[in-house]
Amino acid sequence: MQQLFNFFIKNKTFVLFLLLFSYALSITIQSNGYHHSKFLNSSNQITGSIYGAFHSITQYFNLKRENQILLEENSRLKMVVFNQEKEVPIDTLLDYKYELQPSLVYKNSYTLPKNYLTINKGQNDEIEEDYGVITSKGIVGIIDKTSKNYSRVLSVLNTNSRINVKLKKTNYFGTLSWDGKSPEITQLKDIQDLVTLSVGDTIVTSGYSSIFPPNIPVGSVESFRLNDTEDLYIIDVKLFNSMRNLEHVYILKNTDINELKALNSSDE
Amino acid sequence: MNNRVLKIIFSFVGLVLLQVLVCSHMNFMGDINPYVYVLFILLYPVINNRLLFIFTSFLIGYTVDIFLDSGGVHAAASVTIAYIRPLILKFSFGAAYDYQSIKFSAVEFSRRLIYFLVLIVVHHVILFSLVIFDQTKTVLILQQTLYSSIFTLILCLLFSSLFSIKET
Repeated sequence: MQQLFNFFIKNKTFVLFLLLFSYALSITIQSNGYHHSKFLNSSNQITGSIYGAFHSITQYFNLKRENQILLEENSRLKMVVFNQEKEVPIDTLLDYKYELQPSLVYKNSYTLPKNYLTINKGQNDEIEEDYGVITSKGIVGIIDKTSKNYSRVLSVLNTNSRINVKLKKTNYFGTLSWDGKSPEITQLKDIQDLVTLSVGDTIVTSGYSSIFPPNIPVGSVESFRLNDTEDLYIIDVKLFNSMRNLEHVYILKNTDINELKALNSSDE
Repeated sequence: MNNRVLKIIFSFVGLVLLQVLVCSHMNFMGDINPYVYVLFILLYPVINNRLLFIFTSFLIGYTVDIFLDSGGVHAAASVTIAYIRPLILKFSFGAAYDYQSIKFSAVEFSRRLIYFLVLIVVHHVILFSLVIFDQTKTVLILQQTLYSSIFTLILCLLFSSLFSIKET
């Protein structure tokens, strides 16, 4: 015992180094698994407020572009409303299956293999894990951590991201994931080789999960090839959404989610 | 003494903020970012409590990790270069280190360059190996290490000479 203590005291720097290094390694490995890490992340109060303070300065640089995007979206929505035969009710008393909440992106990255976003809505705004996040052009990701005022979003540009999507034309569905290479291109797998495909086909969300409603635009087919066993396609999907500059996003809240969760848990 | 501690705390906070708010969003040529917070470890006073130094280095890496949601990759890389720093100091400054009389602002440029280069490259190799975490992508790891190291080195040399003017 005495010798053991002596050994530790003699090599205390090395022991400390080994301890800290293995701790760092363990949190790295744990963060690689989806939904398991319980460690601090950028959605906590301190980092959130620092990002927020910095964002309040930098947001002015994007003002022009953001205004343009919002204008385009507004005009598109107005076009839909004006060309509707029936009158569209604008009151808020209606039952909506999906509620939208606007939010601002405080931090975004797209160069790492595992990218996350930090947004400025949290538990105080009734945001919970597994809510979808979209922009006016396409999908962004899924909320994976929340704190009081901030949330962290698992970006579609994360090698752990799995989103259920389908081909708009034929309704065949598959899983959208990312190989970590280009921030514009994601991969759609699990589409059978008997499906006729052509470059430029639109990909939309399938609506089979409770996170995203059906028919939210995702991207278009850039190229496709067969996988190693030659029975499934690997399709490169060019995202409609530019993940490089995100500012205003919408959080999708499924109002039926508790009912669906209760159903799923009764199965188990 | 108090002044020195204050200076260390100030540079800790300053470098973390500079890293997470500015440097990690540069994305030069697509995906090259400098990691200037290593300057904290490079320029930490030579006469120090080694345990405390290793722990502070871990802390700065971990703080950057929390901000960037990267698990513990920066913490692992930082704590490693903090541990091997005495070795590299001896290698690059030789006798001056034995007398513990190094002043980073006063040493020759070439020696400082070697010292910075070795530690930055070691840091970046560990960092990108853990970030990419895939042994089939060794070429990508080396490529990222090379480009980012050059970027970090230039910025570190610039910043260090900037601060040394202030000191005199």
